[in-house]
Amino acid sequence: MLETLQNLGLGFSVALAPHVLWYGFIGCLVGTLVGVLPGVGPLAGISLLLPATYGLDATSALVMLAGIYYGAMYGGSTTSILMRIPGEAASVMTCIDGYAMARKGRAGPALAIAAVGSYVAGTVSVIALMFLAPPLAAFALRFGPPEYFSLLLLGLLVLAYMNSGSMLKGLAMAALGLLLGMIGIDQMSGYFRFAYGITELGDGIGVVPVAVGLFGLAEILLTAGQANPPAVIRPRLRDLLPSRQEWREAHMPIWRGTGIGFLIGIIPGSAHVISTFVSYAIERKISKRPEEFGKGAVAGVAGPESANNAATSGAFVPMLALGVPGVPVAALLLAAMMVHGVTPGPLLIQQDPRLFWGFIASMYVGNVILLILNLPLVGLFVNLLRVPYPILYPIVLVCSILGVYAVNSSAVDVWIMLAMGVVGYVLRKLDFETAPIVLGLVLAPMMELSLRQSLAMSAGNYTIFVTRPISLVLLAIGLVLVILALRPLISRTLDWRARLPVDT
Amino acid sequence: MTTDRLAGATLVLFGLVTIWQSRAFPLGSLHRPGPAYMPVVLAVFLIAFGVAVFTMGSRARGVAEVGWHEWRHAVSIFAACAFAAWGLERLGYRITMAVVLAFLVLLLERRGWALGLAVTIVMSWGSFYLFDTLLKVPLPRGPFGL
Repeated sequence: MLETLQNLGLGFSVALAPHVLWYGFIGCLVGTLVGVLPGVGPLAGISLLLPATYGLDATSALVMLAGIYYGAMYGGSTTSILMRIPGEAASVMTCIDGYAMARKGRAGPALAIAAVGSYVAGTVSVIALMFLAPPLAAFALRFGPPEYFSLLLLGLLVLAYMNSGSMLKGLAMAALGLLLGMIGIDQMSGYFRFAYGITELGDGIGVVPVAVGLFGLAEILLTAGQANPPAVIRPRLRDLLPSRQEWREAHMPIWRGTGIGFLIGIIPGSAHVISTFVSYAIERKISKRPEEFGKGAVAGVAGPESANNAATSGAFVPMLALGVPGVPVAALLLAAMMVHGVTPGPLLIQQDPRLFWGFIASMYVGNVILLILNLPLVGLFVNLLRVPYPILYPIVLVCSILGVYAVNSSAVDVWIMLAMGVVGYVLRKLDFETAPIVLGLVLAPMMELSLRQSLAMSAGNYTIFVTRPISLVLLAIGLVLVILALRPLISRTLDWRARLPVDT
Repeated sequence: MTTDRLAGATLVLFGLVTIWQSRAFPLGSLHRPGPAYMPVVLAVFLIAFGVAVFTMGSRARGVAEVGWHEWRHAVSIFAACAFAAWGLERLGYRITMAVVLAFLVLLLERRGWALGLAVTIVMSWGSFYLFDTLLKVPLPRGPFGL
């Protein structure tokens, strides 16, 4: 405990350094803008700003990119409450009761409850992250290639199980992503696979062009030619304060949402949208007035908003402790760490304590910055939505091309983004979710390497995956998920995922 | 034809093409996998998932029911992006982006000339200044150093 607090002190000395604080502020500001703008999710936002961090030191870069991530989670609530447009997928549940509250003239309190809930959830979950990541990293030192392979496989199964469509479709998309990850030089034999003479593909397909194509460009192609956006409800600053009754109704859902969000976020492969869905469902279930849900229930805003912010910190646990990206955004952050010469994984805490604890401390600071940004400046962010979409999307498109090109100074990456944009457009039209493709792409080289290393360790004996206890437990959990996914097929009951929104 | 059946068939086709293309590398054995092993295994899984999606996709909505009303717009945007990918290293960042923005804002979206030109110039030159000059991210230059 004392050691943790000492380390946190070190972290604050890093996070409160003026230049780190500045980049944290920029990250939070850009993240809020990204969250406010429909169609530009945290994934696209981080992809776009990744090249801009090349000139920074690793700590500033990571603090800024993480600021975009949780800033987007905060910002997404603004458009959900005021326009019924989720800025990003995790804000979909907030639309229901947030917008209903706004229609009843309680837009200000809804925004305040969302911001305070996000602040509480963000801060509490960082405390949990602080105490959980170091022991998990120490535990992860026992991980060998078989354990990593089983963990990565479990991550894909969780992602497929928890996506908004069927598990089958999720697995198909994960397999597609894994196959894309096979492109490039084979790490063990040196063979150049599926590159067709394009030397730029030697290092494989980058996650940035794929992510920007699947999420950013595909969204632009889908929304092109749409009619004018709906009217915006504009709350005044003095109307922001919730009543005593509203605070009472928000109090417990905020704490429950925090716990649910953190636990779900920690599971590799789970998406934020799941935590908001679960939180909303639980609040409605235990509410004394469930009939109010959908008509402006305070708990319907407080719970999901807290859950999605807590899930953000939860997602950092496997990333920081194991070096395993649980969600696509974490994969981008890992890529950023590697660009800056930082090796993610269990040894990060020992080898680079300033970066690790500075990053943790910056999240406390970031939550305060976001609380300040989100309440008084809400009018400013809402004004952004006045920019007509026919002007906005060409600007976003130029930023996407710039961001993708700048990663490797390669036009091939822009072509990849284009191809992925078309793939994403068609897949979304056909009701397929595209997030598993990105995670599959990132995990493919790790999975292949750990599989082949495991087999080399066991002289080709596959029982190595079930004779080692940690690996066995991870595979057993994966098997349970597959059985749970098959249950609706057998019993013909409605699959709970059918009620989830598409997570972009 | 339903959306799931179309998607399932496409996944199967993609899996088969992958297996065909994997012939170029050694497969290895079950106990000593070669460079083609993982792609083939994944392609087999993809085919299996594709077949399952196809088989169970009879109740999905029809392809004709999917609204494709924005396709002309989408094709135009795609063409603009393709021009950008082609032109970036030939014409330079600023000229390419100016052409892309002018096409999208002025021709495709039919916004006013003053607004369109302002967005085109500010975005193409402004983003170059921000990223290349201030943030030192190298962006391609074309004829006359533009």
